[in-house]
Amino acid sequence: MDGVETQIAEWRAYVAKAPGVDGHDVDELDAHLRDQIAELDAAGLTGDEAFLVAVKRMGDLDTLSREFAREHSGRLWKQLVLSGEDDSARASSGWFQAFVFALAAAVAMQVARLAAHFPDEEPEWLFLNIGLLVLPFLAGYFAHRRQLDVRRWVLAAAPFALLALVVNLYPFDADSATEILVALYLPVVLWFAVAYPYMGGTLRSHERRMDFVRFTGEWVIYYALIALGGGVLLALTVLIFEPIGAGVDERLVEWALPSGAAGAVIVAAWLVESKQHVVENMAPVLTTLFTPLFAVMLTAAAAIYAVSGAAGEFDRELLGVFDALLVVVLGLVLYSISAREPARPAGPMDRVQLLAVASALVLDLLVLGAMVARIGDLGLTPNRVAALGLNLVLLVNLAGAAWLSVRFLTGRIAFHRLERWQTSYLPVFAIWAATVVVALPPLFAFD
Amino acid sequence: MTSSYAWVGMNINKDLVAASATPLVLAILAEDESYGYSILKRVRELSGGDLEWTDGMLYPLLHRLLRLGYVTTEWRTPPEGRRRRYYAITDEGRAALAEQQRQWVTVTRALGGVWGDSGWLPATALGEA
Repeated sequence: MDGVETQIAEWRAYVAKAPGVDGHDVDELDAHLRDQIAELDAAGLTGDEAFLVAVKRMGDLDTLSREFAREHSGRLWKQLVLSGEDDSARASSGWFQAFVFALAAAVAMQVARLAAHFPDEEPEWLFLNIGLLVLPFLAGYFAHRRQLDVRRWVLAAAPFALLALVVNLYPFDADSATEILVALYLPVVLWFAVAYPYMGGTLRSHERRMDFVRFTGEWVIYYALIALGGGVLLALTVLIFEPIGAGVDERLVEWALPSGAAGAVIVAAWLVESKQHVVENMAPVLTTLFTPLFAVMLTAAAAIYAVSGAAGEFDRELLGVFDALLVVVLGLVLYSISAREPARPAGPMDRVQLLAVASALVLDLLVLGAMVARIGDLGLTPNRVAALGLNLVLLVNLAGAAWLSVRFLTGRIAFHRLERWQTSYLPVFAIWAATVVVALPPLFAFD
Repeated sequence: MTSSYAWVGMNINKDLVAASATPLVLAILAEDESYGYSILKRVRELSGGDLEWTDGMLYPLLHRLLRLGYVTTEWRTPPEGRRRRYYAITDEGRAALAEQQRQWVTVTRALGGVWGDSGWLPATALGEA
């Protein structure tokens, strides 16, 4: 039997290397293989023969691995997106494409900066168009990488062209509040426009939508890392060039910073695509670390607000703070969903997360109640409409998530439903952001 | 279902095989909880050995049912025997099975209506079990 044990151990090691197959799967397949061998043994086959037949019956490993990967897309989501292509060939040719698109974004940003005479002058159009200077290149990068056909290229380009026309043709007043809102929301809308080429020209697939959520989360991490490194590099450069004088250091920052920040958008995307496994475990670690901390902070805040009854004294800008809070909580929820093994049963972490979401909801309802009352007195301004709308959109999402999560924790629904709720809700965010960009300025007469 | 199941014996269309895999597994689990190897044995038994699919492919299918909440799972070591992963059907799984059954019965009845007299398809072949 020893010979068979060695063979099984070798087979195990071989299967374990297949992408998409994890340790528990190997255990399960191992138990299956042993059952099969035992039965064949009993039927009179020798150990070797039994092993060979059992392995043959298990099926060819490539097909098996692909089936596992299809079911557990979270384990190796990049494989799904890069379907059919040889992975190593992709990775080696990938950097050049990424470099070309990153360079294009950097040049576009630099040309715009020179045209605007920034930072000596600070024309509004520069801030308005920042997203349009960078994100089309990201969309182009993905359209190229996913090998979209001509029709899909056109569809991917359409939102960029339309929005560029809209925001630049709108006759904003001087010091217009809606113009600032557009500058803030436009990058968000464009980010959703990047989703179309990212998902390979499909929008329906919920699995791909979840992939895009994962991509967004990982991209933020990579971008922050690149920004940190870039900051250190720039600071050292300035210090080294300082003795030379004549403002060399300032010029350097003026030139390097905008282009670097623009190029890094594509470089970070490329890193997420090709070196995804490096940070693979970052998402679960970050969520595990911050979800309990946020839960403590939010519960304490909700309790204090509810007891002290300070609900009447809210500052006008507080709604913005709470919008930011809900965005962060939503980010934690999305991150933990995208990093979670869907089949795992409910654990303490899910309860902690529910506590965080519920506290955030209570807090937000307190603030929202106060704000609605105030708006009755103060009237609607573009800022208040945008903040209120965002708050409602987030509130509905988190309330739905909390409700489903209660049902999941009490064992009435599968985790899959929570995932589906979030992926179905994504278009709502895109539509709200687009509404702020396109509809709000004319509604408030470009004030 | 997009899986590529390889069948030995009777040459059955791949799509039909893929479509029937889910109700078959759910129906077997509705009889009693079970583990992978034993489910496959039951499939062979039920089909008289005509239907047999590549063993490994059962597991991604089981994991899919798990994700959809149709089954639950637990690792268990029976007194005499090796550690195995047992699957049990849930209420949601039973509801899905009932729905699948309804669809299959409808299809079978329609086909039976056309083929019935010529004796191509015995009325009980796909059964109301």
